[in-house]
Amino acid sequence: MDALLERIPYARFLGLESRLDGDLLTVVMPFADRLIGNPLLPALHGGSTAALLELTAVAQVALVFPRLHQPRPINVTVSYLRSGRPEAVNCRARILRAGRRVAHVTAEAWQDDPDQPIAGLTANFLLSDPE
Amino acid sequence: MSDMFLNTLLPQLAAGAPHTSALGFVLDGVDGGDVRLRTPWREDLVGDPETGVLAGGLVTTMLDHVGGLATWVALGEYQSIATLDLRVDYMRAARPRTDLIAQANCYRLTRNIAFVRAWAFEDSPDDPVAASQAAYVLTGDGARRVGANLRPAAGSRA
Repeated sequence: MDALLERIPYARFLGLESRLDGDLLTVVMPFADRLIGNPLLPALHGGSTAALLELTAVAQVALVFPRLHQPRPINVTVSYLRSGRPEAVNCRARILRAGRRVAHVTAEAWQDDPDQPIAGLTANFLLSDPE
Repeated sequence: MSDMFLNTLLPQLAAGAPHTSALGFVLDGVDGGDVRLRTPWREDLVGDPETGVLAGGLVTTMLDHVGGLATWVALGEYQSIATLDLRVDYMRAARPRTDLIAQANCYRLTRNIAFVRAWAFEDSPDDPVAASQAAYVLTGDGARRVGANLRPAAGSRA
């Protein structure tokens, strides 16, 4: 389990799990009833998927650019592509650029097929000064 | 807009689903087209244990959700909608151990899309923690029918 995600109460609330391949983090949000936003469909709440995307991006940045404080979001754009079924969601982030202060990151969330993502994220994070 | 919609259905839409109920969302008032949603501060919703500030993901969830409520208020009724996209700018850190309020307004409604702005703050939208811009697709039958965008709907809004 990623050390940063383990420390974040909201990541624990969402029940996030993670694994590391080299320095690529894959975060999984196992299905739980408390993630449901529309009980009629049923579908996951878009916000739970957005939070998974954002936390995956934060953890990936913190992993590659370790700093004293965790990366802080400047702005975050989430595109909802498909309705989230009541199943586990997987997520990976990619750092497209990291300067001295700002990291630009994209992330995708999918359920069984990585080529059929349910949501995507584009975000900028502020990096704190190096330790 | 009926009293039943405002007094019974809207609070249910605000906090009645498993996720919104688990997060402790509370409908905090409707004023014209402005809708407010409150999340009482809770330890397990914190995003950075170093500061005790509510998680960015929670702020995003509140902004997404309150934007949906503002869309229903603008429509004057419940219909099926889906968030298309949502952009959130984080202006400053939220105050530690403090409730957060999100307020949204649907400023434009077309036959298929609702355009919404929203703010997150502790006291006043003039001093926001975050601001968002979002678009919601109206997925109710009327909007989805093929060619619905080509015909002026009876009694349509502009």
